[in-house]
Amino acid sequence: MSTPSITFSRRSFIRTSSLASGGLLIGFNLFTACKPTVTPPVDISQLNFNDFNAFIKIADNGAVTIFAPNPEIGQGVKTSMPMLIAEELDVAWDNVYVQQGDLDTNNYTRQLAGGSQSIRFGWEPLRQTGATARQMLVNAAALKWGVDPSECTTLEGVITNASGDTFGYGDVVKEAALLEVPENVTLKAPKDFKIIGSDAKNVDLEKIITGKPLFGLDYKVDGMVYAAVLRPPAFGKVLESYDATEAKAMPGVIDIIKIGEKAKELTKEENSNWTVAMSTSDKVVVIAKTTWEALKAKEAIKANWVTETPLESTQDQDQKLLALLDGNKFNTLRKDGDIKKAFAQAEMVLERTYESPFLPHNCMEPMNFFANITDEKIHLVGPVQTPEFAANAVAGMLGRDVNEVHLEMTRMGGGFGRRLYGDFVYEVAEIADAIRKPVKVIFSREDDMTAGTYRPAIKYRIKAAVKDGKLTAYHLKEAAANGNMYGLIPNFFPAGAVENYQVDVANYKSNITTGAWRAPYTNFLAFAEQSFFDELAETMGVDRIQLRLDLLQKVKGTTDKRIEYSPERMENIIKVAVEKSGWGKKESGTYQGFAAYYCHNTHVAEVADVIIENGMPVVKKVTCVVDCGIVVNPLGAKNQIEGGIIDGIGHAMYGDLVFEDGTPQSQNYNNYRLIRMMEVPEIETHLIQNDLSPTGLGEPTLPPAGAAVANALKAATGNRFTQQPFSKFPEMMQAKSAPKTIIG
Amino acid sequence: MPLYTITVNGKLKNVEVSKDTPLLWVLRDHLELVGTKFGCGIAQCGACTVHLEGNAVRSCSLTMDAVDGKSITTIEGLSENGTHPVQEAWKELDVPQCGYCQAGQIMTASAFLDKNPKPSEAEIKAAMHGNICRCAAYTRIFKAVELAATKIS
Ligand code: FES
Ligand code: FES
Repeated sequence: MSTPSITFSRRSFIRTSSLASGGLLIGFNLFTACKPTVTPPVDISQLNFNDFNAFIKIADNGAVTIFAPNPEIGQGVKTSMPMLIAEELDVAWDNVYVQQGDLDTNNYTRQLAGGSQSIRFGWEPLRQTGATARQMLVNAAALKWGVDPSECTTLEGVITNASGDTFGYGDVVKEAALLEVPENVTLKAPKDFKIIGSDAKNVDLEKIITGKPLFGLDYKVDGMVYAAVLRPPAFGKVLESYDATEAKAMPGVIDIIKIGEKAKELTKEENSNWTVAMSTSDKVVVIAKTTWEALKAKEAIKANWVTETPLESTQDQDQKLLALLDGNKFNTLRKDGDIKKAFAQAEMVLERTYESPFLPHNCMEPMNFFANITDEKIHLVGPVQTPEFAANAVAGMLGRDVNEVHLEMTRMGGGFGRRLYGDFVYEVAEIADAIRKPVKVIFSREDDMTAGTYRPAIKYRIKAAVKDGKLTAYHLKEAAANGNMYGLIPNFFPAGAVENYQVDVANYKSNITTGAWRAPYTNFLAFAEQSFFDELAETMGVDRIQLRLDLLQKVKGTTDKRIEYSPERMENIIKVAVEKSGWGKKESGTYQGFAAYYCHNTHVAEVADVIIENGMPVVKKVTCVVDCGIVVNPLGAKNQIEGGIIDGIGHAMYGDLVFEDGTPQSQNYNNYRLIRMMEVPEIETHLIQNDLSPTGLGEPTLPPAGAAVANALKAATGNRFTQQPFSKFPEMMQAKSAPKTIIG
Repeated sequence: MPLYTITVNGKLKNVEVSKDTPLLWVLRDHLELVGTKFGCGIAQCGACTVHLEGNAVRSCSLTMDAVDGKSITTIEGLSENGTHPVQEAWKELDVPQCGYCQAGQIMTASAFLDKNPKPSEAEIKAAMHGNICRCAAYTRIFKAVELAATKIS
């Protein structure tokens, strides 16, 4: 497995200062610290503390506060990242206070929204930061004692020298603030970790369960007004004219304006970036005193829309994607050997097509953002995962200097990829620039679901050749609206395991905005491939687990540097999953399905248990084995793992956004189904213990879940689900032929 | 615009809004109680759940006209310091992921346990089925309701 090497110089992102109130403040830049490579600021001495976004404060009574600005989408990074600092600082976690600036503070700019990758990128830099702070305190104590720092040890905030004298951290903060930042520090060996690997509760827990303002939707300043935006009713339509007479007379309405001019600036190359994914139509905006009045008046606007580009329906999309799979307009992402020859010589060929719909993200907190724009300053506040992009694009679209932009991030009511895209930031910036009042744009659920950046509809066709009982060729073809797979994904399993292997992708340009969605690029791929391996094993008449294990043997010791997964780790999770799930040993009436997958640098195996209740199959339990390296916070990790699995099952079963003439046919939860309590299986999680660097957790358990369930449903009903969502095929939930045997 | 008087978390509140205004937006925009969340606006997700005379209701779909003179409890008023048994259970099991749905989950669970302090597994699942958690923290939500029940009885 290849991991990018992390290179940086500590001095480029750490500075210290003594506090007027007594104590030591260590400032560092989390945004910089968590990138794999770092460009040091031009002249560090010119940086002042406002340029840092993260701080460790050690008061003269020894109390430690970690100011963690990294906002929370729900993946627990606001808890786990400070744990890395506290570990190396060598303080007791119970005595560490993690604080995020109140929503109105000025001190938290340019933050990095945490995702699966945060821990991986933060792993070394954050521990280095903690270790550097610890070393400075030790150096200060050694100086006071007149001994060599190497003679001193630390334990939970206390420094001890060889003669047994002690100083608390607080006793030496004044002196430490005057010292040079040490160049080299030693990190703890994993066996010495005390905080990393122990259960820590969500640092915002208390606030969440008592209803304190935390989210973008909760943010408010004096004189703030609310904006509801009328967007095109269909992808492909643009605004022609509108009549707002009735809406304007409604209670609470302050003004009705049109936006879109400034947004057009975003299509210019110098202002644009990948987070700009939005309709280029003009939009009508209601400005009102309250949310309800704004949303209600929006309904009263009479708008005329004209069709500018073709209006897509799900049926045409399906045809286009199938035509792409049948055609020859592919981009080859990886090619080993000669699949053509292998197929010609095959004794058996298996080919299957797997199909998935568009999916909205449906973050529980609908999109929203705040802006206040004056001649001096552009103040932006809210939930967005790509603050740097948003700040730059807003400056560009308004023709302002990016230094005038001040962007604060709030806790996010879910992300799942949706808040990577800044459409709502660009909308509110244009509105605020026009009305020059503090204003918040608010999406209703209908707005949120129908103006999305969806997971595109994707279809896979997989073809395998078998000769002499061996898999000799594997050909994966993808067709997706606006494209999907890219980068390293073609090097995931079974790349390297099959001599003749090819991955081809094709797409057509859709006017429907698409983008990343939880476990981007593999969320449906894993379903297709892991279902296919099951079908392949059945067709070959071999054991489905053994088939996978045999393939992995071929990858061991590979010299192919492109191979992304580790065959040893994959083999291990498969074996543990077999053992822990009681694979093949279940009493009759339980049907099991297996899937194992690698993505986001994490290896996961899942076994779904399905039983028949009142004649219908029910997913009763999922046993999950995860190898994500060192688990920083097992309590938080298990929450993520469970959420990913249930989310994966839910979307495989029910998720479906159908289009008719460019219009999404679901707008709210009355006609879009999300998984709910009664459909949730029991989940048993096993974390592999090792000393390897931590990898992503928020995403990798989602992709294999749908396949594990589909494979179990095949065992239970005899029917093979190749299309998502399964709920579209209720007749397949009934047994085709009463299944007699249990898989395994 | 008509004047309404409601009791929120034990305090009398007067608000002047149009009669179709949902209680949710009065709480959030007029009374600055933002713990109650907006998720769907059509009584489908449970994010906006509050107690009306002790019963769990969807505040997004209750107009001010319908609640005039009534007594409402929101997440901010469920307990003094987050010490309601349901909140305690939520803390003990570290339930939230993004946290956005959790006030609604807690309000549903607390009203339910009030009426059914010794629920069966199936009763808990049915009671919580109306509350969506997009992060799918369902397994912990379920366990926390079970745990809260043991704290109550
Ligand atoms: S916001 Fe009221 S039920 Fe969804
Ligand atoms: S915790 Fe995120 S929606 Fe429930």
